[in-house]
Amino acid sequence: MAREQIGQHLSTAPLPPPDPTRPGPLEGLRVIELAGECAAFCGRLLADYGAEVILVEPPGGAPQRYHGPFVDGVADPERSLWFWHYHANKAGVVLDLDAADGRDRFRDLVASADIVLESEAPGRLAGLGLDDADLRPGHPGLIWCSVTPFGRDNPRAHEPATDLTVLAGGGPVWSCGYDDHAIPPVRGGGNQGFQTASVHAAIGVLVAVLHRELTGAGQLVDTSMHAAANVTTEFASYGWLVAEETVQRQTCRHASARPTQTTVATSADGRYQPTGVPPRSAKEFRILIDWIDDLGWRDEIPGVALLELAEERGGVSMADLAGNPLVAEIFGAGRDALGAIASRLTAYEFFHQGQQRGMALPVIYAPEEVMEDPHFRARGFAVTLDHEDLGRPVTYPGAPWAMDVSPWRLRRHAPRLGEDQGLLDPDLR
Amino acid sequence: MGALSHIRICDFTGQLAGAGATRTLAAFGAQVIKIEDPVTEGRWDILRGMEPFIDDRRGGEFGGGFQNHNVEKLGITLNLRTERGRELLTEIVRISDVVAENFAAGVLAHLGFPYERLREIRDDVIYVSNCGFGHRGPYSSFKTWGPIVQACCGLTYTSGLPDLPPAGWGYSYMDHHGGNFMALAILTALVHRARTGEGQWVDMSCTDAGATMLGPVVLDYTVNGTVTRRPGYPYSSRSDSPAMAPHNIYPARGDDHWFAISCRHDDDWRALVEIFAGADDGQWARDERYTTLAGRLTHQDELDAQLATWCRARDKFAMQEQMLAAGVPAVAVQLPEERIDHDPGTAAWDLWPWVEHRAMGRVRVDGLPVHLSETDWRIERAAPLLGQDNDEVYGDILGLTTAEIGDLRAEGVI
Repeated sequence: MAREQIGQHLSTAPLPPPDPTRPGPLEGLRVIELAGECAAFCGRLLADYGAEVILVEPPGGAPQRYHGPFVDGVADPERSLWFWHYHANKAGVVLDLDAADGRDRFRDLVASADIVLESEAPGRLAGLGLDDADLRPGHPGLIWCSVTPFGRDNPRAHEPATDLTVLAGGGPVWSCGYDDHAIPPVRGGGNQGFQTASVHAAIGVLVAVLHRELTGAGQLVDTSMHAAANVTTEFASYGWLVAEETVQRQTCRHASARPTQTTVATSADGRYQPTGVPPRSAKEFRILIDWIDDLGWRDEIPGVALLELAEERGGVSMADLAGNPLVAEIFGAGRDALGAIASRLTAYEFFHQGQQRGMALPVIYAPEEVMEDPHFRARGFAVTLDHEDLGRPVTYPGAPWAMDVSPWRLRRHAPRLGEDQGLLDPDLR
Repeated sequence: MGALSHIRICDFTGQLAGAGATRTLAAFGAQVIKIEDPVTEGRWDILRGMEPFIDDRRGGEFGGGFQNHNVEKLGITLNLRTERGRELLTEIVRISDVVAENFAAGVLAHLGFPYERLREIRDDVIYVSNCGFGHRGPYSSFKTWGPIVQACCGLTYTSGLPDLPPAGWGYSYMDHHGGNFMALAILTALVHRARTGEGQWVDMSCTDAGATMLGPVVLDYTVNGTVTRRPGYPYSSRSDSPAMAPHNIYPARGDDHWFAISCRHDDDWRALVEIFAGADDGQWARDERYTTLAGRLTHQDELDAQLATWCRARDKFAMQEQMLAAGVPAVAVQLPEERIDHDPGTAAWDLWPWVEHRAMGRVRVDGLPVHLSETDWRIERAAPLLGQDNDEVYGDILGLTTAEIGDLRAEGVI
């Protein structure tokens, strides 16, 4: 169908913006989260969509309060931006699970909850008499979610692990890096091993919630970071499963069992700019020619005559690339023209102009640039929250998906240590 | 009985970013009716005919990725260019809890089924659309696939080494998470409906979902004004948050073998010193500058170079055994065959279930990384051939007679 028609429909049927006063879809669910790295993003997702999440920290605070970066670079347990991000929208209490009184209060808290979320080392809670097997029998509707490096009962369950070792042993690292294999493969940024497991844990929890809606029965949701990494590597896994092919890493593109070509330019503002797939159909050649003419660069970019010839020929077939020198020349002219345009425009201009013309092109944003981009601004992605502790508002990343009836919402900043201790009072519970 | 056996999904998803979502829900028991176009033989989903292939056979029934992403689904054909086709879709929507798609923005509306129409058919319908930039916003018409989404949300830039281009992610990480977030979106909407009776439209922009996954560095910018586009950034194999050193990937013995060491604290370091300095070529480890985290961070380049030399002379699995036994997180960078066929962690998880595909034969697929004690996932049924379940869906579910289904085939409706 024609692109114009799609555009027409969109302009006549915009989605109304979500009503931020409406409750989120998970409102009414109470989650007790034992503070840790592996499950923090899971708790955040549940909280963002309306669940009441109570973060339980040990006396003195969770170790993650010392994860940087920090506000103004000052290392302080109330200034960790790691903690602010992952624990926004949660309430916080302090409990000493190594003391009998703390354990009693934890049992009481769990009795009031729908979901427990924990990433303790397998066996630690059982040793305290506070594990799923101890607490769920008295509370059959309880959903207990564990997020651990290898799962609770796995033969590797007691191996020490971090985000790096999970991603290295679980597959992602093998696929990430550079064409030059003298350079080590790379762990991608952002502790994605934790996040990958957390997203799956949230799926497991909500499946369990839906089961409980029908039956009243809770259950154990056992999440493995190692398994999550293993099944989040696309072709690397199923290429082996299906064809016993081993992918090889390549610079800034898919790891592949067979090397793939890429074309990259340095943009006018000095950025690394992939230039996408060169034109093949007549229509794609016409789009490129029009782009060059609209920029007034016909005389500066060589090979426009070849692009016109390609359009007259009805495009080129990749099947002819190897055997037909003219086709190879035309294909190369398209690739070179895109490179020439990319090197004369800023990275954003190249991406935006090309996409407006229907070409699938990227812009490689740094995270801070994402927050300033027109798309993210128009969708209200940057969300601002008052921080009375700082005396100024703070802008956070927003919703992963937009729900018009039961929206995502940022309600409060991460708890100060013990900020919501009153929640332990039975009268307030 | 799966947890979602009471849920029916009218499924237009494809590739991985969409098909991955309904795959997960199907594995938990949802009845997913995957609708494909008979005219193009389902090739809107380009993975239908794409590698990996199990043998020399080629064609729309042999795409290994498609097979992996569509297990446990029912597959039907339906030609929405025909009036009768649109009538049948109306019947399917009427009995579906969810309509899921990851077309370009506007495609389903252009086929005659915008959200307003879906709601007319079924008032409490949950409609989940997922595309690169969502249905609202200035980029709604832009074309994306995984690598473009990753580039536009910051994930590509933040993966790499200093003074080199971005390494990016060597696969469509955000196609996986596009599907995972989409599954979550469907589940949240189902929970809301279970409690209120209300359906809704969920407008998912995959790029937005990706941009939620780099929070701490974003806050470093919004709170402190710190930008990541600066010299020396990123060095993503190292760890700033939390600060750890040594924390990197080192060469191991052999061609293109690698080893990851993550030294969390001084206890880990002391254990590592015993291992390094237990060998003649590891005496550098006793250097007092390395005793504290601050010292190891300050001298990280030198330390990494010494470690690389030490590791290069050793087998990655031997080092793994030695260091794990000492309580230090340090493991081999595993190749696909190592983690799939020789890793007790994935084997014990039953992570690679077998299915019997009608054209490809027996083949393994990705399992799921969560096990539920009462209503666990199940992956036993292979992806459907094109139109494989037409008789079941049009006959058993919609109630058409064999003759009527025959007419639909003859008229090119299915």
